[in-house]
This record gives sequence, structure tokens and C-alpha cells, in this order.
Amino acid sequence: MEVAKLTNITRVFKIGQVETRALRGVNLSIQSGEFTALVGPSGSGKTTLLQLIGCLDQPTSGTVIINGQDATKLNRNQRADLRKGSLGFIFQFFALIPTLTARENIEMPLLLLRQKDSERKARVAELLQAVSLQDRAHHRPDQLSGGQQQRVAIARALATHPLIILADEPTANLDTENGKQVMEIMQRLNKETGVTFVFATHDPRVIEYASRVVTLQDGLIENDTK
Amino acid sequence: MIQLLKMAFRDLGRNKRRSLLSALAVSAGMSLLLLMASVVEGEMRGAMQNTIKLQSGHLQIRALTYNENKTSLKWQDLVENPQGMIEQLKSIPQIVSATPRLIASGIISLGDHSRGVQVIGIDPDSTANDPFRAGVVAGNFIQPDDREGILIGKPLAEKFNLQVGEKISLLVNKSEGNVDEQLFFVRGIFSTNTTGYDENTVFMPLAKAQNFTGAGNHATLIFIMLQNQEQAEAVSAALHSSNFQIVSWRKINELIVQTEEFANAYMVVLYLIVLGITATVVTNTLVMAVFERTREIGILAAIGMKGRRIMAQFLVEGGLLATGGVIGGLIFGGLMTAYFARYGFYIGDMGLTGFLLEDNIYAHLTLDDTISLTITTYVITLVAALYPALLAARMEPVEALHGK
Repeated sequence: MEVAKLTNITRVFKIGQVETRALRGVNLSIQSGEFTALVGPSGSGKTTLLQLIGCLDQPTSGTVIINGQDATKLNRNQRADLRKGSLGFIFQFFALIPTLTARENIEMPLLLLRQKDSERKARVAELLQAVSLQDRAHHRPDQLSGGQQQRVAIARALATHPLIILADEPTANLDTENGKQVMEIMQRLNKETGVTFVFATHDPRVIEYASRVVTLQDGLIENDTK
Repeated sequence: MIQLLKMAFRDLGRNKRRSLLSALAVSAGMSLLLLMASVVEGEMRGAMQNTIKLQSGHLQIRALTYNENKTSLKWQDLVENPQGMIEQLKSIPQIVSATPRLIASGIISLGDHSRGVQVIGIDPDSTANDPFRAGVVAGNFIQPDDREGILIGKPLAEKFNLQVGEKISLLVNKSEGNVDEQLFFVRGIFSTNTTGYDENTVFMPLAKAQNFTGAGNHATLIFIMLQNQEQAEAVSAALHSSNFQIVSWRKINELIVQTEEFANAYMVVLYLIVLGITATVVTNTLVMAVFERTREIGILAAIGMKGRRIMAQFLVEGGLLATGGVIGGLIFGGLMTAYFARYGFYIGDMGLTGFLLEDNIYAHLTLDDTISLTITTYVITLVAALYPALLAARMEPVEALHGK
């Protein structure tokens, strides 16, 4: 099943009088259950592409279809709804809310979905177990290691049973051991739950985990291998 | 909502000093306004009650031709046989006391010093004159049959360096239009703690005043005190007569009523200025918080939080600052008001015409002022939070995630 389809995508950033063409006509189809790596050098357009799939940004031209819905035709609130229900995010800088505990961070997307208290608690417990952080549930981000924070971010991304989880350089701020752990958890969850992962990276050790590698160069897909 | 409150509370706790200072700014503004409102209320209430007690009463019965801008002693401008009328008034249960007063203008002189005064002939036995009886600070209160004695105010006695028992010359205008002068003994010195009144007033028994001024069996007015001031209009209507003017305290003291209305309007402007200043502190605090938390706003937007919920987050933070500020304001403002309600503060003689202000102003905080100030502080603080809340809500997720 196709969960995301991008057609003729361009994205031009204008800063002052200077125009930067981050994407120059990208076509990409993501199938359910894929574990896809977007690779390429800095400035190749990986993060921009990820943001467009994640409906965090709008393309200058082209269409982004997520689960059959054209995200380019949605307004701000509708895109927020789409992200809430269908997409999960993992960021390079862990991106946890510092005032919330690990448990509360994971619970946040479920609160936005207005799930019942009992259901939320059960789901959070299940996710804490999935990322082996039961004993860190009540710790705040500043009391967790980088690897633990990224595992909380993975659990949060998975909380609402999204169709796609988008990860931008998920291991960039982690040491080798923690990076390996994070990738193994993501791969295991991909296999166990069937959730689609698309992650941007330029770390060769991370690329090894991918079932599909899309290589970007100067805003265009240069290579797409499965 | 609980989640919003929890997050807002923790977010404010990130920079405790800044949040505390913002709440303190709101508290300081509100305390100041509570004190100002209570002082203005106390001043107005004091002026009105003092004027009623000493000068206007709750009702006055006057001749139809009475003109309050002139101290006329012509018989047609006076009330004839006031005692007979007072006998009739006794049947009205709301009337606590009714007493005649004859008011003449005079000049008091001793040696080279002289001064214009208001000479008031009173019935010394009437309870309506209790404030003067109770205010005697030296000598005795005048007696009804005293033909040579007067009671003078303490500031007047001090100006003339007069002691009880000493003689002073008093010249008055008479009904016939001429003047008469006699020597009087100072029987007593009084103080109502209202310098403007005490330094211009001389009392003598009504009979002597009538005889001295040639007013015969007349009085300038009948001074009436009621059980409470709100009965004035009803009693006035019941007493209605085509032969007399019956005037209520509200009408007599129109200047004070108007001044109070003006003061209230002025206070609203002052509320807005002071709270506007404190609001800028709140706005500044929350704008700083928005910029510090730009990336977090991006994360929340990325996981599907809509702009209105992000906006609500900052409004709740504004609401918590307002709550802290209001609680602090009520405590500090309440304590200051309680202090000044008990001890007052000395203003001396303000020299305001038409106002009988006591030398001390006592703060008086009303429930209405407290409620309106609490609501105003809340509303203005929330309005102050609106700009940062909108700023956060309108951030583009992708830009916010990059901290832009």
C-alpha cells in the first residue's frame, strides 16, 4: 500500500533577493512497511524532503499525497490533524519537551488525540517497555542520557500508531553504541508493528539498516535502491 | 485543561525569578490601585459624611426664597416659627432629630486682628449638635439661655490666641440690613477635626442669635437627621409643601457627588495606565518565553498541536501570572488599605470650598472596587498575554523547529 506519494516536488527558499532551490522536481513513492533511508551530502535536500512528507512545510510546486490525502490542498489546521493522526517524528536534537517527564512526553500525542485516560496509560506503558525505559518513566529529559532521550522520542513518535515515522538524522547526536541501539529499536519496531520509517542520514553505519536507500544530490533523486 | 495548567505552571517555573518579578509587577500595580481606590473612596465618603453631619444634614427645610449663595436674614428668606414645625416633624418615625439653625455672617475681632466667620445659632440641647458637643476640647458647650457666650473652633482660637473665658468682639449683619456688634465670652473651644469648618464657625444659642441679628422667631433652616441617608428622598416627598423648600443631602452636596463621579472616572483612567504598565511586563516575560521556547513550539506543532492550543498554553501562563499577581495584590493592597483604614493619614487643611474634609483621610475599600479591580487586572493581564500567545500560535512549524 502506498502511504506517501510525492510528484514533481520543487521547493524554493527565498532569503532576501537570493533564491535557493532545495528540491528541483522530486518524484517519490513510499510503500507501507518500508524502512527507507534518504541519503546525500549536506544541502542535497534530505531534510526538506522529510519536512514535506511530514506536512511541516509546503512545496513550491507539486503534490504530496499522504494516505490518499493531498496535503498541499490542506489548510494549517488540517495539516496539523494529518500529522497528529498519521505521522510521527524523530529529530536529530531529540526534541523532547523539557518540562515533561518521559511518560508525559510519550503521552502528549495521545492527549492531542483525546484518548481516554486508561487507554493512554496502557499505551504509554507498552511503549516504555518497547524502548526499555520503564524505570525512567518519571525522569525529565535532563535526567536522561542522549540515547535514552532518543528512545523516548521514538516511543512518542509511535504513540498514535502512525502510518509513517519520519526521522531526521536520528543518530547524529549519539555515540556509536547509543546510535546502534536506536537503529536496532527502530528496525525492530518496523518489523514488529509494520510502521513505515523514512529517515535522513549521511552516516554509512545507519544506512546499512535501511531496506531502501534513496540518494539525493542537488535537490534531485540520483539513485533509489531497494 | 489540567494538562495545560500543569505545563503552564512548569513552564513558568523554568525561570522562577522572571515569573516572580512579573507576578510582583502585577501585584504592585494592583496593590497601588486598591490603595488609591480605597483612599479616594474614603476621602469622598468621609467628606460626604462629615458634610452631612456638620453642615447639610440629611434634609433641610428652608424658605422658598432661600438662596444658599447669600446669607440673607430677611424674614421672608427665613423659616418662621421653626419650633412649631419641629413639633410636627416628631411624628415622622424616620426623623432622628430636627433642629433649627440661624446662619449669619459676621466678623470676629480682637485687637488688630479680625476675621470673617459664619455665626450659627443652634439649639444646644438638640442631639443633632452632638458632634460639636463631643468636640469640645476646652471649656464647656453653650447653654440655651446663655446671652453672652459663644463656642469657637480650635483653629480660630489659636489664630486669635484666645482662651476659654476671654472676651472677643463679634459683629453681625442684621435682618434689617444694618450691623450690630457685641462682646462675647468664649465659653468653649471645639474641634471637629475639620480645619476648614472649625476656623470659620462660631456657635451661639439660637435665642441669642435671633435676638442679636433681629431675626425674631425665625431660623435659616431646619436641619434634619434621618435614620439613614437613603430615606431622604422618601421623607422629602412625604414632607412636600408649597410653602417651603425641602432639600436632600444629595442635592445640597451636589458638588461632592459630582466630584465623586469625576474621581471614579479618573480612577478608571488611572487603572488603565497603571495596569497598562504592568501589562507590558507580562507581555515582555511571555514574549521572551516564546523566543526561548521556539523549538518546543515547533515540536508541539509537529506532533499535531494546533495553533489555538499553543495559544491557549501561553494564555494559561498569562492567567497564572495574573492569578499570582491578583493574590499578591489582594494581600499587599489589603494590608496597606487595612493600615490606612485604621490609622489614616494626615492631610491637614486642603482648603477646598464646598468640601468638609477631615484632617485625616481613612481608606475605605469597597467590595465593588475589589471585584472590579480583580476583574480588570485579570482581563488586562490576559490581553497582555494575547500578543505573545498569537506570536507562538502563528509560528510556522518548520521554522520554529529550526529555532527561527
